[in-house]
Amino acid sequence: MNLAAATNENLAHISNVLIYSSMAVYLLAFFAHMAEWVFGSRSKVGRTAAALTQKPTAQAAAGSVKVQVKEKNGGTAVLERPSVVTRAVSGTRDVPDGPGASGGDEQGDLYGRIAVSLTVLAFLVEASGVLTRALSVQRAPWGNMYEFNITFSTVAVAVYLGLMLAKKNIGWLGLPLVTTVLLDLGLAVTVLYTASDQLVPALHSYWLYIHVSTAIFCGAVFYVGAVSTLLYLFRDAYESKLANGGKPGKFAASVLERLPAAASLDKFSYRVNAAVFPLWTFTIIAGAIWAGDAWGRYWGWDPKETWSFITWVAYACYLHARATAGWKGRKAAYLALIAFGCWLFNYYGVNIFVTGKHSYAGV
Amino acid sequence: MSTTESGKTGEVSGDELGAAGSHLSTAPQEDRGPTLPRLGVIGWIRWFWRQLTSMRVALILLFMLSLGAIPGSLIPQSGVDEMKVQTFKDAHTTVAPVYDKLGLFHVYSSVWFSAIYILLFISLIGCIVPRTWQFVGQLRGRAPGAPKRFSHLPASATWRTDAEPEQVRAAALEILRKRRFRAHVAGDAVASEKGYLREAGNLIFHIALIVMLIAFAWGQLFKSEGGKLMVEGDGGFSNALPMYDDFKSGNLFNSDTDLTPFSFQLDKFDGTYERNGPNKGSPRVYRANVTYSVGATGKEQKTAIQVNDPLEIDGTKVYLNGHGYAPTVTVRDGRGRIVSRQAVPLLPIDSNVTSTGAIKIMDGYRDKNGKREQLGFNAFFVPTFAGSGKGNMFSQFPALDYPVLALSAYHGSLGVDSGIPQNVYQLDTSKMKKFTDSKGELLKTRLRPGETMKLPNGAGSITFDKDIKQWASFQITHQPGDGWALAGALAAIAGLAGSLFIQRRRVWVRATPGADGVTVVEMGGLGRSESSKVAEELGDLAAHLHEQAPSAADPQPAVPAEGAEK
Ligand code: HEM
Repeated sequence: MNLAAATNENLAHISNVLIYSSMAVYLLAFFAHMAEWVFGSRSKVGRTAAALTQKPTAQAAAGSVKVQVKEKNGGTAVLERPSVVTRAVSGTRDVPDGPGASGGDEQGDLYGRIAVSLTVLAFLVEASGVLTRALSVQRAPWGNMYEFNITFSTVAVAVYLGLMLAKKNIGWLGLPLVTTVLLDLGLAVTVLYTASDQLVPALHSYWLYIHVSTAIFCGAVFYVGAVSTLLYLFRDAYESKLANGGKPGKFAASVLERLPAAASLDKFSYRVNAAVFPLWTFTIIAGAIWAGDAWGRYWGWDPKETWSFITWVAYACYLHARATAGWKGRKAAYLALIAFGCWLFNYYGVNIFVTGKHSYAGV
Repeated sequence: MSTTESGKTGEVSGDELGAAGSHLSTAPQEDRGPTLPRLGVIGWIRWFWRQLTSMRVALILLFMLSLGAIPGSLIPQSGVDEMKVQTFKDAHTTVAPVYDKLGLFHVYSSVWFSAIYILLFISLIGCIVPRTWQFVGQLRGRAPGAPKRFSHLPASATWRTDAEPEQVRAAALEILRKRRFRAHVAGDAVASEKGYLREAGNLIFHIALIVMLIAFAWGQLFKSEGGKLMVEGDGGFSNALPMYDDFKSGNLFNSDTDLTPFSFQLDKFDGTYERNGPNKGSPRVYRANVTYSVGATGKEQKTAIQVNDPLEIDGTKVYLNGHGYAPTVTVRDGRGRIVSRQAVPLLPIDSNVTSTGAIKIMDGYRDKNGKREQLGFNAFFVPTFAGSGKGNMFSQFPALDYPVLALSAYHGSLGVDSGIPQNVYQLDTSKMKKFTDSKGELLKTRLRPGETMKLPNGAGSITFDKDIKQWASFQITHQPGDGWALAGALAAIAGLAGSLFIQRRRVWVRATPGADGVTVVEMGGLGRSESSKVAEELGDLAAHLHEQAPSAADPQPAVPAEGAEK
């Protein structure tokens, strides 16, 4: 038993070192991203303004294109494919996506690649830190807020890298994400740090794995959704200013110009939020089932339960708003931000300011 | 209907597409502005109903529901912690009465909160029923015919081919049907639609919400919940109303028929605690070993009840929800005769199980003159004492490392017969006299196990026996409707997934003879919302159709399909 305790302490120590190292690498990634944005500002693109002043036209290509189509038997056939004309539907601006942080600048692009590579490295180091922490306590690494924080940021970066692997246009998320991760880890190692230890019996349940892991994942995805919603609001303001013949400030013109079009950001954030909403629903239900076993009631309006419910209803509001005339676009976006605010409060606020049955989660 | 057609098809304006864009969902149409009714009462009721079941009002009610839930998480709730409510009321004497009036100490059962969710659910039902019929109608009907001009659609393609129009339509029909589009030929075009599961999922989700609400309401009406504290080795508990320490039940609960017959007793409580580290004192093992039997005459079985692991008997669950110590004390009278020997459960007041309580000797005791009298002791117990002279009587650790019992003694009348219900853990000393020590002060002593406190003037003694028992408290609940709530919850998730992940979309293929005798093929796709998937899928379909109806060898300059320039 004592021997085991010693190895556990060693592992916990290694975990701490790894977490600090990952912070150092994230910091480098942060600087690389900054360099990417700074060098990118050299390019003057102005495609948005150009697109907005032209009469909207359909993006079209006559003739036909060759495409490869996977066949059922595993082979591929080259098909002649008539090109598809897409048309921005009435009421939306037909604006191309921005060129990304580097703005097509070669040096900026190089820094951008370095930043992503560093992020991958930092992610690997951080993930090992989480893993060794889990091994040191011989359980899932989410028994207190410190562990929750380090796991949460790891998962958020994993979601980002996953989207990147899936070839989604997500490069714009790099800088805000790395910044938040640094803040999150900084908070974790200073304010929230808790030495590794076992769990109180109330947390001994496989529902811990199910409920908390999905909660962390949902949080990470909601975070991505919230960032894109926020950027949508900025970019949308920028575009409508341009469309109305206004002249945006220099900073806005340089930074916002390089973001994806407002419509793309809006669509992306809707997809992201909608995609995790069922999982969030499941998280709450799993929590209720666990509470039924642990505390003798499924639902007791404990502050944490209440705020999960509020968060859920807020996201339901958002989804409804998108289907309600007059509420699409900016108004719905505000709802999405409020909903994410609820999620954040549920995580930090409730643990710190409100006492309830969940407060043993160890600040 | 035709005036409200627009707005239903995502962002595509219905005016441009006509019937082709209609009914792509069953979402209720928005009323354009508040056109107030002109006609009497019925008109008003109709108007009110239409407002209530509109999406806008559903949205507002949802928003109010989440806003309304907030105060309940910040202000103590009487259903959760009565003590905290009292403390709050004592501390905030000005706002507390206002809060009380507003029902803020029981938000989730307050009139206004109930009003919000009841309105929401009426709105939901009023919304779901017509949508379900509409959806059934759509399932029976066919996809609407092709719009006149495909170039208004979010995705379209066109080419010229030597194949005959009939051939093209037949091929299109086959390709679409193979991909499970519901397709049919309408005039010179094939009309098809896919993704009805989206609507089905959405309806299932909303219906599941209703099922969950009914299941919860049912559970609240019929539920029963009671507490029982048991000392190790005590007599058993059998599930009947008089056996409970406290009991709550729903309005329709019937104690004669709704209590599951079973009995159980606490054999032993096992508790171990973290010895080191920052979590020192946190429980590690926390387990009540019990013997239970089902029914009136069931076989005895042994099991352990733990925090995440209740005992379940026929839908009734027995939870372990608390634990403490019950020191055994022996009280003797002046002649040394044992008046009482009992294990007295004391209530913990902190996480190291510092405990307080009262020892009451109701009858059997006579003072040295032979007069009947009652005895009362205030008891303070710590399982691990800091050491004499070291601070107060606060426990240092939850396990029995160095138990100490502190007692102060009274005699007189316990006041049990006064008719006012008494707290067994508190001594009412209003009709009692202090036993005093040589200095005339209240007699109090700290005892170690085995030690005895003598009462003055031959009034007898009280001994803290070595046998310290533990007690465990149990919560026994029965809540019918759980199964339905769970089924509703699972159906809600499945429905949501269908509703959010499936796209409902339409594809049309028109084949018409062109001016020069060559067939013009036009394809168009429309989704509920603008989505790149629609274009991709259309491209795919076009590729397959193109295989069977390849481009005409000699492409003439530009078919006049407007908007299709390079
Ligand atoms: C009990 C409260 C309600 C909750 C929690 C709720 C939740 C949701 C959620 C999460 C969605 C998203 C799924 C999707 O987009 O397909 C949705 C969609 C929808 N809800 Fe509700 N809803 C509620 C009440 C209502 C009411 C009262 C109405 C009718 C007025 C309604 C009508 C709709 C419609 C038409 C959609 C589909 C929107 C679309 O097709 O995009 N809901 N609801």
